[in-house]
Amino acid sequence: MEILNLEGSEDTPKIMLDKKNGIFEISGRSLPEDSAEFYRPVIDWITSYGKDPNPSTEFTLKLEYFNTASSKLILDVLSALEDIKGMKIVWYFHEDDEDMEEAGQEFSELVEIPFEFKTY
Amino acid sequence: MNYIYDLHNAMMAQNLIIVYQGEFTQETTKSILAMAERNLDSSGEESGIKRKVFNVMVESLQNIVKHSSEANAAAGNLTSQSAIFMIGKQADRYSIMTGNPIKKSVTADLKRKLDELNQLDKEGLKEMYKEIIKNTQISEKGGAGLGFVDMARKSGEKLEFDFPEMNAEYNFFCLKVNVPREA
Repeated sequence: MEILNLEGSEDTPKIMLDKKNGIFEISGRSLPEDSAEFYRPVIDWITSYGKDPNPSTEFTLKLEYFNTASSKLILDVLSALEDIKGMKIVWYFHEDDEDMEEAGQEFSELVEIPFEFKTY
Repeated sequence: MNYIYDLHNAMMAQNLIIVYQGEFTQETTKSILAMAERNLDSSGEESGIKRKVFNVMVESLQNIVKHSSEANAAAGNLTSQSAIFMIGKQADRYSIMTGNPIKKSVTADLKRKLDELNQLDKEGLKEMYKEIIKNTQISEKGGAGLGFVDMARKSGEKLEFDFPEMNAEYNFFCLKVNVPREA
C-alpha cells in the first residue's frame, strides 16, 4: 500500500501513514482554509487500509493546535478508524496543555476505540 | 494629519497591541497569527494563555474570512475590507475583538445563538460542543458551526457583542472575547 506522507506547514499538520513500517501519525497544527478537502486523502487512505489492515495499529495524534473545522474532520478520521480491528489511538498533549488533554478525552467519549494518553 | 496622532492615542488608550483593517484571507490570517505569536512570545506570556488567545484568534479570523466572502458576493460595495480585527492587552486579560458587516435578516438569529451560549456554564458548553460535532456537516463555507462555542469555552467569560446599524440592509457585528491572564 502506498505511503501517504505530507509535510506539515504553518496551517496544516504533518501526516505520515505507512502500513509497511507501521507508522500512522498526524502531528502539528491544523487550521487549513478548507479542512474537508485537506483531510479527504487521509480518510480515503484509512478506508483502503481498513480493507486489509495490519493485525494491530497504533494511530498517533500529536496535535499542537487544531481549529473547530479540523476538529470535525478529526472526528471523521476517528470514525473511519473505529471499525478497524486492533486499533488503538495514542493521543499526545503537551504536559501543560489541559485543553488538548480534554479535547482527547472528548474524542475518546465520541468513538469506540481505546485511547492511550501521553504527554510530551 | 491630526488623525494619525488621534488614532495612535486611541490605540494607546485602549491598550491595543494589534489592529488590522483590510482584506481578510487565509494568508492574512496566517500573517496576523504569526505577528501576534511573536508579540506574545516576546512579552513572555504564559503558554496556556498564549494558546487560548491563539485559539480565539483563529476562530474569529476564520469567521471573518468565511463570512466576508459571502458579504462580498452579495453586495459589491461591502467588501471584506470593511471588517476589522483587534487585540487589546490589559493587566488582567486579553481581548480579541472583531467587527464585520452582517445582513440585518440574519442578525436576530445570530443574537439568539450568542445569548443562548452566554446562558451556559462550562459543562453546558462542553455538552453543546459534543452535540454539534456529532451531528454537524462541514458547510460550503468550510465551517463546522462550532466557532462561537469554542471561543466561549476558551474564554471562560461571557461573549460581548453588539450590532450597530450600518445602513438599510446591514448591521456591523461587533464581538469581544476576553481571555483572562491569571490562570
